[in-house]
Amino acid sequence: MDLLADRGRRVPVEELNTTTLLSHATRQAAQRKFEDMMIVDVDSHHYENESFAEVLPFMENEVLRHLALGQRAKGRGSLLPTQVGTQDMGGRITRYPLRSSEKTEGAAVRDVTLTHRWMDAMSVDYACLFPTGMLNVGLHPQKEMEADLCWAYNRWLTEKVLPEGGGRIFSMLPLPLGDADEALRQVETFGDRPGVTGFMVTTVRSDLPVHSNALMKVYRAIEERGLALSFHSGPNWGEPIFKSCNRFISVHALGFTFYNILHLTNWVVNGLSERFPKLPVIWIEAGLAWVPFLMQRLDHEYMLRTSECPTLKKKPSDYMRDMYYSSQPMEVQDMGALECTFRMINAETQLLWSSDYPHWDFDVPSVIYDLPFPSERAKHNILGGNAARIFKLPPRNDKQRENLIKYGNLAA
Amino acid sequence: MTEQFVGRDSEFEEGGRRIVSVGRHEIGVYKRDGAYVAYSNICVHQGGPACEGLTIAKVEERIMPDKTSRGLYFSATERHIVCPWHGYEYDMRTGEFVGDRRLKLRKYNVVQRGDEIYVVV
Repeated sequence: MDLLADRGRRVPVEELNTTTLLSHATRQAAQRKFEDMMIVDVDSHHYENESFAEVLPFMENEVLRHLALGQRAKGRGSLLPTQVGTQDMGGRITRYPLRSSEKTEGAAVRDVTLTHRWMDAMSVDYACLFPTGMLNVGLHPQKEMEADLCWAYNRWLTEKVLPEGGGRIFSMLPLPLGDADEALRQVETFGDRPGVTGFMVTTVRSDLPVHSNALMKVYRAIEERGLALSFHSGPNWGEPIFKSCNRFISVHALGFTFYNILHLTNWVVNGLSERFPKLPVIWIEAGLAWVPFLMQRLDHEYMLRTSECPTLKKKPSDYMRDMYYSSQPMEVQDMGALECTFRMINAETQLLWSSDYPHWDFDVPSVIYDLPFPSERAKHNILGGNAARIFKLPPRNDKQRENLIKYGNLAA
Repeated sequence: MTEQFVGRDSEFEEGGRRIVSVGRHEIGVYKRDGAYVAYSNICVHQGGPACEGLTIAKVEERIMPDKTSRGLYFSATERHIVCPWHGYEYDMRTGEFVGDRRLKLRKYNVVQRGDEIYVVV
């Protein structure tokens, strides 16, 4: 198959097969004996838009369903807000242009087959599967459409995809936080379904006060069920503050961190960690470098303006150390800075490895395993032990069980 | 040292690439301007198959004497090897990672005997 390069030149590349593409990750896994470690990926993706023909019929409102199904026809507008950007860098990331050509066989759900391929290649035992385009659902101007699209996706995922995942694929379902009543109904409806370990707020939205009183019942319902609440970030070139950026690298580097910084600040300053002390809160896909910045910044301001945060009983950074962070895309540029970050966030118990596969800046497990400074316990915990503890995931072999017990992530 | 047959010069198209394996070595062999270069297929970043993706001209920017930019263009002389996992780009002439030229793909010697091309491991 040919891909377009410079000035119309075409370059032949192999057809996409995920197993082949990731064969070097498979070799890394064998060299490092990853099968003995439980590896959990807390942030991976599929392209749910490719299954909209199966997803959209689950929409509840017949008029919205009709509009959505009609919009799928070519040239009749988009169903979801879309992002300007070139994630695949003009085909340099070959799995993007080649994705639709990858062959799958039989009646198995295609997304499950593809997910199992990359999981097996990287020796991943469990993966939390998130959508891709739906990460923009919070930008939809119609809140009833946001809610109904989430409803349809959540039904399709829990009824058609997760049951086919062999118990290895789980999810934190997208939450239509633009409508608190609807968000609560979806927590009550889907929260107890197999493979649902929590709910996910797409943070690509700047108009949402996460501390709104209307949302307290939603968080309470998630906490009562022993589930997790995650915030998944993303880029948005349409955000007014980023309109001066002229390169996607700028929007991407700043966008993920910006949205997490915004919502985490509101979460902490308003004392939501005091109000929901048993609710695991996870910040996803913004890397780690922003966390030490925010800890220092909020602590500094808190010492001067304590009266604005009367609910807090300790420093903002102390609450942030109680939260969880997914690792990808981990900034491995200054090893000293990264080691400091690990110390500041208590990485041994709070950091969760994630790949973000198949997106362009994914991380393989060896990104954690090959670091020179974490202890063996920390590596086991970050790659899977912490997630096993939070999501109550069982080991898949005796050696994994032994290691989970050894490092305190499973009762003997 | 081992010599591994790569292919025939007469059948190796200009700008083309072959991947060969010699024991544990995976090697990408390229033909550019009639000459051959060979590099390890292991990306210095996360170990991806560095030689299995696109080759593409270096992107440059026209900065004028008054310091204004006149936009981006493709270099006429420098071509890059791009790792398909994450887009790490390497100078095809040297194997250097263009974001930090201290980092390089391992280079292998290529010898030509008549029409036959060999890589030396």
